[in-house]
Amino acid sequence: MNSAAEGTAARPHLLARFGRAAGGLPRRVSTVLHRHPRLRLGFLLGPPMLWLGVAYLGALGALFITAFWGQNPFTGDVVREWNLDNFRTLWESEVYRKIAFRTLGIAALVTVVDIVIAFPVALYMAKIASPRLQRILVIAVLTPLWASYLVKAYAWRIMMSEGGIVDDLGGFLGLDTPGYGLAATVITLAYLWLPFMILPIYAGLERLPDSMLEASMDLGAKTGPTLRRIVLPTVFPAVVAGSIFTFSLSLGDYITVRIVGGANQMLGNVVYDNVGAANNLPFAAAVATIPVVIMLVYLAAARRTGALENV
Amino acid sequence: MRSTSTAMSPAFKMTLRVLTALALVVIYVPLLLVVVNSFNASQTFAWPPSDLTLEWWRKAADSEGAKDAIVTSVQVALIASAISLVLGTMAAMALQRYRFFGRDTVSLLIILPIALPGIVTGIALNNAFRTVFGLDLGFLTIVVAHATFCIVTVFNNVLARLRRVGTNLEEASADLGASTFTTFRLVTFPMMRSALIAGGLLAFALSFDEIIVTTFTAGPQEQTLPIWIFNNLFRPNQAPIVNVVAVVLILLSVIPIWISQKLAGATDGLAGR
Repeated sequence: MNSAAEGTAARPHLLARFGRAAGGLPRRVSTVLHRHPRLRLGFLLGPPMLWLGVAYLGALGALFITAFWGQNPFTGDVVREWNLDNFRTLWESEVYRKIAFRTLGIAALVTVVDIVIAFPVALYMAKIASPRLQRILVIAVLTPLWASYLVKAYAWRIMMSEGGIVDDLGGFLGLDTPGYGLAATVITLAYLWLPFMILPIYAGLERLPDSMLEASMDLGAKTGPTLRRIVLPTVFPAVVAGSIFTFSLSLGDYITVRIVGGANQMLGNVVYDNVGAANNLPFAAAVATIPVVIMLVYLAAARRTGALENV
Repeated sequence: MRSTSTAMSPAFKMTLRVLTALALVVIYVPLLLVVVNSFNASQTFAWPPSDLTLEWWRKAADSEGAKDAIVTSVQVALIASAISLVLGTMAAMALQRYRFFGRDTVSLLIILPIALPGIVTGIALNNAFRTVFGLDLGFLTIVVAHATFCIVTVFNNVLARLRRVGTNLEEASADLGASTFTTFRLVTFPMMRSALIAGGLLAFALSFDEIIVTTFTAGPQEQTLPIWIFNNLFRPNQAPIVNVVAVVLILLSVIPIWISQKLAGATDGLAGR
């Protein structure tokens, strides 16, 4: 093949003959691609963009168009008349407003809880544990990700039942189980998404050179100022990257709240019920715009911190 | 032991150690409970267990529903991972090797299916499959939906790898006369291999455990494992069997984790999520 390539430059017509004999088409395609970087880019970018840019974005677009349509209350069919009724209902109804703020609050709280728990763990893993222990800890944090989400949520349901483990252990500290409700929902969601916060922070801290910490100490800074002025600014993009997952995953959840949340509803439940039981897709689509708008604003803000490079 | 530790006071280090230990306890207690309950004689998981039994394990071994669901889930995850390996690698190569207008938008687009709440992706695809494409929901639609949100894991891993290895070797290969495809086969692909395995494993895991998007894109016939679990979790007769299946999954998870640990640089993708 190499000698053939040398011949390429010198005698083009010989190449053509040789090419036909030895699988010429791939080589000719390769030559064209090599000479035209834009074509190569198009070849690489085309299929993923067809899938995500056309099919996925198209599906999202089609969904949000239906948010401006209505539903025939008798037949349940979608009525293609443009109006803002769905959004008006959302805006004017106290119930939906309450659910929206509750969902937002839960997602924010879960994110904060995860940051508070993940930061010391990640700092210990990256900067104190020996390399061997570091590897073990990474595995220890990753393993729960492979256990079923539902089973973990259900385990918390069992643990927080009356007379369950939380009651048992909490008894020593004078704590009762919070029972099924919003507190249980926040605890369970924070538990489920914790690895998504630990891992990016750990990776961010690992990239922070040890010499920076030493320099800070040599210049006389104590642990506190070193953390505040060197560690926190460096891990900030990683925290934002992790929060995209904890926040978004909590925002769209409707299953955990059903398992441990008692009678409470989140936005996901409203969407689910309107797609399923009520069969009102236009209204469901209107409700779904709330988390989408929140996430788009969040992503736009995250992009400015450079966090998306770390996702 | 390491030089870094001098930058922190001993008391602070001790605090971090205790907090990490506590966090690990909280992480593992629920998993341990699932394991113990798979032997708990009480069908309602009374705590503490009054008696232990192997009955649930025997019943789980005979459960056709569980076995079918596992087979479906493995098939879906394998195909979805394969698709996302191809598309994710192409997108990563395009974004890492070329500068073009709209590059940032493309990277945002790849993250979007996982950054938007699953329920949004779920109903959007459900609506598109049925009304725009006129498809019946079933195996194919689950695979397409899963591949959509799995692309990002492969993309992240390959992108990080390409950034690290640079283009020198590929240029050398081209200078020596290798065609674009030969260079890919003999130079680029071997450099990416471990990143591909790490990304593929993550894609597999993501697909295997997904329930929200799956709920909206699965037909009435197909049951992936998470859907089977959800349907059986609240049935008193089935809940203990679900527990056993969960324990088996936790035990099996050692395999992919072991593989990814064997690979150098496997952590960059894991952390990347």
